[in-house]
Amino acid sequence: MKPIIFGASTLILAGAIGIYVLQVSTTQPDAPCGDTAVGATIGGPFTLIAETGETITDAEVITKPTLVYFGYTFCPDVCPLDSARNAQATYLLEDRGYDVGSVFISIDPERDTPQIVGDFTDNFHEDMLGLTGTSAQVRAASQAYKTYYRAQEGDDEYYLVDHSTQTYLMFPDTGFATFFRRDNTADDIADTTACFIDAAR
Amino acid sequence: MYFKKLAATAIFTLLAPAAWADAAITITNAKSFETAPSAMVGGGFLDITNTGTEDDRLIAIIADFPRVELHTTEFTDGIARMMHVDGIPIPAGATVQLAPGGFHVMFMGLQGDPLEDGETIPATLVFEKSGEVEITFDVVKRDMQTSN
Repeated sequence: MKPIIFGASTLILAGAIGIYVLQVSTTQPDAPCGDTAVGATIGGPFTLIAETGETITDAEVITKPTLVYFGYTFCPDVCPLDSARNAQATYLLEDRGYDVGSVFISIDPERDTPQIVGDFTDNFHEDMLGLTGTSAQVRAASQAYKTYYRAQEGDDEYYLVDHSTQTYLMFPDTGFATFFRRDNTADDIADTTACFIDAAR
Repeated sequence: MYFKKLAATAIFTLLAPAAWADAAITITNAKSFETAPSAMVGGGFLDITNTGTEDDRLIAIIADFPRVELHTTEFTDGIARMMHVDGIPIPAGATVQLAPGGFHVMFMGLQGDPLEDGETIPATLVFEKSGEVEITFDVVKRDMQTSN
């Protein structure tokens, strides 16, 4: 009798865990892919200027899972480092069969012309899209993504800009999935992004 | 004989400050990353080792660009703030890295003359105690191995 009782209770336990897991996964669909900013409404409509000089909207930019980063090209240190990492993540994902885009939005529209952001992004990945815009367009895009930037005062030509360094993973229909910090590696980003893509299938 | 001794002393006197400088400060891994064709700035990175017994300080860098500065990047809640620094302390016996995400050299005003892979950038570091040290930055491609 004993083995049968044991088997039955294990089955009941397994069933209970199954229901629990099901409940968790329906209420928190993003949990298996790691930390997600709950409650934050990140992303939304924007209109910016592409590297070709054409006006472009978020719907035309985010046509597949896309990594979105805000920075400026007059920044020899952090921005190239983060952009190179994001580019590396998309290469890693490509190797695994995932098609993921990457976007660099300038928060220094005064100096970053479409050509300059285009040159900058091509340096990291041929498909990385550089965007800039009018001051108002860039301000609106930054506010939609809840990012911060502020140009430092005191120098008209060589001023520096303080700015947020998060990278956002966005999906065309569902919008914001998660964000990455500076200390996340290209492998981290690739793993998490792949997980979100698999979960959305 | 006296003459020879005088000459020898003179040479020794001339060489001495340079010899001390070489003995105290060693520069390794001086590199810069290639930039986009229209880039206005490039970063310079290096390791500075102070093998001497006295603390020193990097106070300036001279190179052939419209403007060259020492900078650092600080992070607060995910926001990067880059700022000019007046000097970088190099304590006795320590190696200080000027590496991406922290202290770095900023070559400003490239104006259509980007940094290209294989190029070298001659520069002079100025230390408070060791004086001037000539170095050469090697411009390399940016890949995840070298940028981290």
